[in-house]
Amino acid sequence: MSSTKNNVTQSITQVIAASSLGTLIEWYDFYIFGSLAVIIGQQLFPSDAGASALINTLAIFAAGFIVRPFGALVFGRLGDLIGRKYTFLLTLVLMGGSTFLIGLIPSYSSIGYAAPILVLILRLVQGLALGGEYGGAATYVAEHAPVGRRGFFTSWIQTTATLGLFLSLGVIVFTKNILGAEKFADWGWRIPFLVSILLVGVSIYIRMKMHESPVFTKLKADGKVSTNPLKDSFQKKANFKMVLLALFGATMGQGVIWYTGQFYAQSFLENTCKLDFNESRYILLWAILFATPFFVVFGSWSDRVGRKWIMLSGMLLGIVFYRPIYQYFIDATNVKEFQKTELKTASTPNTTHELVKGTLDSMITTTTFKTLSNGITFKESKVEVIPDDVLAPLPEIKTIIADVTLPNQTFIIFVLLVFFQVLLVTMVYGPIAAFLVELFPTKIRYTSMSLPYHIGNGVFGGLVPFIATLVASFPGSTPLSGLWYPIGIAALSFVIGAVYIDNKGDRNVAD
Amino acid sequence: MNNLKKMLGIVWIVLGPVIILFLIVQAFDKIAAASTGIARTNTTLQWSIIILIFIPICAGLMIFGYYGWKGEYEKLE
Repeated sequence: MSSTKNNVTQSITQVIAASSLGTLIEWYDFYIFGSLAVIIGQQLFPSDAGASALINTLAIFAAGFIVRPFGALVFGRLGDLIGRKYTFLLTLVLMGGSTFLIGLIPSYSSIGYAAPILVLILRLVQGLALGGEYGGAATYVAEHAPVGRRGFFTSWIQTTATLGLFLSLGVIVFTKNILGAEKFADWGWRIPFLVSILLVGVSIYIRMKMHESPVFTKLKADGKVSTNPLKDSFQKKANFKMVLLALFGATMGQGVIWYTGQFYAQSFLENTCKLDFNESRYILLWAILFATPFFVVFGSWSDRVGRKWIMLSGMLLGIVFYRPIYQYFIDATNVKEFQKTELKTASTPNTTHELVKGTLDSMITTTTFKTLSNGITFKESKVEVIPDDVLAPLPEIKTIIADVTLPNQTFIIFVLLVFFQVLLVTMVYGPIAAFLVELFPTKIRYTSMSLPYHIGNGVFGGLVPFIATLVASFPGSTPLSGLWYPIGIAALSFVIGAVYIDNKGDRNVAD
Repeated sequence: MNNLKKMLGIVWIVLGPVIILFLIVQAFDKIAAASTGIARTNTTLQWSIIILIFIPICAGLMIFGYYGWKGEYEKLE
């Protein structure tokens, strides 16, 4: 009896390891492009604007959220027709292969416009593959997991997106520190892309040895596999209404909480608070490291108390606490105000003279490194433009703050505040795979759960940076105004989830 | 609770077109404000993508509202 139990446990452990590792690598592949977008833009796109700017926009903006729902449909359909194992093996090969190839694309100076076009094509393949991966991995694990432990086992899949981000940041920071910023920008950025082929190779080897999901195998043996999963998923009211419920009551809110906690936080610290490149990444890395185990904690807890209220509590806490947290970020890094009373030391100003690009106007930049008595250090540049036309009015002198570093105590508070946000991510994200899997019958599960998941994540979540920036540009807005988008979407999802979702759920996944 | 589900259904039905209208107004506003040339083309492209994606999502919200109003979610408590 004990031996049998050990075999079952080992089998599930292997299933989780194979599924999670592959999904982690897919997320790693997906994130390194975003993290290195600026460098890739310099290497693979021409410096002047033109047609390439359009391709650049599409490659960075579009593939992130447009293509994923299509990937969910294409691979979801395949997964329900031919099986889970081979479908998400295919997505892994496509994702890994395209990532590796991005690392090999010659620069724009070598092959011209072929470079950005190749990047765009490979980015679209990445987006499609990612759209097909998650549903397969979550379904595969859930269909192996024992009754009453499905939240616990599938929550391991949930850790992979966060760990993929963690791994990508880690590899980038490590490579950059080893090579130095100049070599990294020149050719070192290719290393994180090329390394992925090794990880993908290992993952493919492990996945090849796995068996098809037992629930799907039985369905196939019984001849009950859907012949048209798309039609069965979206044309039958009984199922389509659950697709809509999953999207509006859960994945939509989950998507914005996820992107706010893990992406908007970093972007806000870097762009609005002007934190140093490494400083903002270290804050995120520590926060993710401490928070990641909670995916499993909340996934496991959802097996006992139900999925609904854990996910909705994460959304509610985000709605309540986002604005105070980001207000603290702004207040603690307001160096323009601090230096009026707390300036301790300032370096000798370094002045440079140059022409403004494309004009005969002169630009004088005076840079000073300052330390405040509260421990903050930063770089202040005053930029003065002298017009070539002596009769033209002098433009206002611009003050640019950059490379802010925090004293230890404030750094720790920042880590805790980002940790709290990632903790909310674990609450909404930990139980959601089990929730989605249990919502749909086996024969159309892959298709049905993939679409709401990727619309929630890819569209609602992926648009957080764009819409938050847009809202912050409205007349009369403040740096915190952008938060109204995730807060509003999470509030809408919270109301729909609270009113319409059943906390008990249907725990039978063999139907 | 079932009455609340039905009443909120009407809210979701109304919310769908309101969101689309808001996005279209914003799109016109932002495209007009963008400088000419590639910047305007990029802004137009981004907004076209957003509106094209949100039209089916808002239609989905309206269908969801319709199902809610018709009592399709009454058994889920």
